[in-house]
Amino acid sequence: MRHPIKAMIVAAAASLCIADAAAAADVLTNVSYDPTREFYRAYNAAFQEQWQKDGHAPVAIRMSHGGSGAQARAVIDGLPADVVTLALAADIDAIAEKTGKIPADWQGRLPGNNCPYSSTIVFLVRKGNPQGIKDWDDLARDGMAVVTPNPKTSGGARWNFLAAWAYGEKHFAGDEAKVEAFVGKIYRNAPVLDTGARGATTTFVQRGIGDVLIAWENEAYLAMEELGPDAFEIVTPSISIKAEPPVALVPGNAAADGTEAVAKAYLEQLYSPAGQALAARHYFRPFHPEMAAPQDLRRFQDLDLKTIADFGGWAEAQPRFFGDGGVFDQIYKPAE
Amino acid sequence: MLPETPIRPALARSAAATATTQRPDARERVLPRSWRSPTTERPLVRWLLIAAALAFLGLVLVLPLVLVFVEALKGGIGVYAAAISDPDALAAIRLTLTVSAITVPANLVFGLCAAWAIAKFQFFGKSFLITLIDLPFSVSPVVAGLVFVLLFGSQGFFGPFLSANGIDIVFAVPGIVLATIFVTFPFVARELIPLMQEQGSGDEEAAISLGASGFKTFWLVTLPNVRWALLYGVLLCNARAMGEFGAVSVVSGHIRGFTDTMPLHVEILYNEYSFSAAFAVASILALLALLTLSIKSVLEWRHGESLKTRRGH
Repeated sequence: MRHPIKAMIVAAAASLCIADAAAAADVLTNVSYDPTREFYRAYNAAFQEQWQKDGHAPVAIRMSHGGSGAQARAVIDGLPADVVTLALAADIDAIAEKTGKIPADWQGRLPGNNCPYSSTIVFLVRKGNPQGIKDWDDLARDGMAVVTPNPKTSGGARWNFLAAWAYGEKHFAGDEAKVEAFVGKIYRNAPVLDTGARGATTTFVQRGIGDVLIAWENEAYLAMEELGPDAFEIVTPSISIKAEPPVALVPGNAAADGTEAVAKAYLEQLYSPAGQALAARHYFRPFHPEMAAPQDLRRFQDLDLKTIADFGGWAEAQPRFFGDGGVFDQIYKPAE
Repeated sequence: MLPETPIRPALARSAAATATTQRPDARERVLPRSWRSPTTERPLVRWLLIAAALAFLGLVLVLPLVLVFVEALKGGIGVYAAAISDPDALAAIRLTLTVSAITVPANLVFGLCAAWAIAKFQFFGKSFLITLIDLPFSVSPVVAGLVFVLLFGSQGFFGPFLSANGIDIVFAVPGIVLATIFVTFPFVARELIPLMQEQGSGDEEAAISLGASGFKTFWLVTLPNVRWALLYGVLLCNARAMGEFGAVSVVSGHIRGFTDTMPLHVEILYNEYSFSAAFAVASILALLALLTLSIKSVLEWRHGESLKTRRGH
């Protein structure tokens, strides 16, 4: 090369233009929540390959991750999502209601109430389980430090709250005053409420705060895988909740972008054998367990799973528990 | 531990100088050993002050900076190179440079206009204008970002008009540029205003009375008078534009490879447990900031005399 410096500048400029080249192709935007980063990175690659194999033009997929509530807010304010893959139906309902870009009856257009995978809420404890935590009542013991995000801002945290509530309801045979006191005790044991699930995980794992982290099952396994299986272990409680993170097409945006066909295929393929197997590998409980690898399924323990329907659906549970002046506001008083 | 020896003669010299200027006959008198100028401090106090300043600087500035590079290179040079040549990281670097390439000239022009108007003319509402220019310093960047979402978001004030015409502002590059301009608004103007006020308009009056046109006066008289303050303001503005997180975070939409600036990308990587990659991108950001600072230092060193004439910072 006669002009090495010139060549280097050209190479640098070319590499900086990669994003431009991608922008020229069909672009699909998936707005998702925090703990799906690793799963969608793998799924996007698989989908792109399959899509081209089926004789379509290549498609670029843009990902945006954040707290589920904040992501829904951004879509409402104009973030151009072609599909949303959020932590709870209430967030997608909010988009449908405020923008009309998603039809009100979106849930049910795909199998399993639009949930190609589900998860549940488990405990992550330090290796050897020094506090001997087995179930939810251990979290209400005096002096226990519980790490969980704030249900006001985090979708995952609302599942945490409802799972604890479900245990309390069974334990106290539906005596609501006692259930409130029980769940309130757990939250008073929280030294800090992070705004999102990933923040809470970092608090527990990286900063070493707390005896137990209430977390998504997939998030707990991921933290173990990424940060050291010798430092933590997972405790599955006797009762938990089936956390169903739904997916939905945003026709209002996809039609404008001309990506409706690819967006539909993108969501449908989540239910394909390849999609389901990938979900299971990334610690989500697949909708079709028979499509996943047996060794992936063996990691999921059986437990008594309540669903959001037991709480009257999100339309009822959201204002009752997490609205202004709702149950959470009444029972949560920060530890003094 | 502390460089006490070189400091001591310097202080002694300045003490002597102060004494000389204050009392012309001080040299001739024999001073008692315990005598010190009223403007200097006991050695112990001096030492403690210097030690406190150095310890504080080391703890809050030097140590974190060093840690960024240590963490970035922890996984070895291969991991570092892979992290910064990742397409998403390159896109973030490119976006950050693009944003400051638009922001800095925009604020340069605005700052010059505002400082010129405020320093050289009397008009109604002048102090209100100065307060407005300072507004971005006192408003939290998150609020600044939210304001743009409220203005240009699809539920916002201009939302219907913008979406009817297919114009993307928030969650796209224009929104990021706007938020950055807002946050870095005062830097250039704030540098120029005190200097131009102090200089007054005498030089310009002379130029015009000698027959120079308005533009010629600006180009040959005003601009050379303020050039160092202007440069200083531009460098500060640039450093902040590249590093802004809060306001940009609100309007970005966090789309990887498209609307993620370097500071946002650092956070994303950190949240994905890619600690080495996060610190690698952070180190590039730190290097850009250090480059800006060293340009400033070199300029101060080479043109120290002309810089001395300005007051303020």
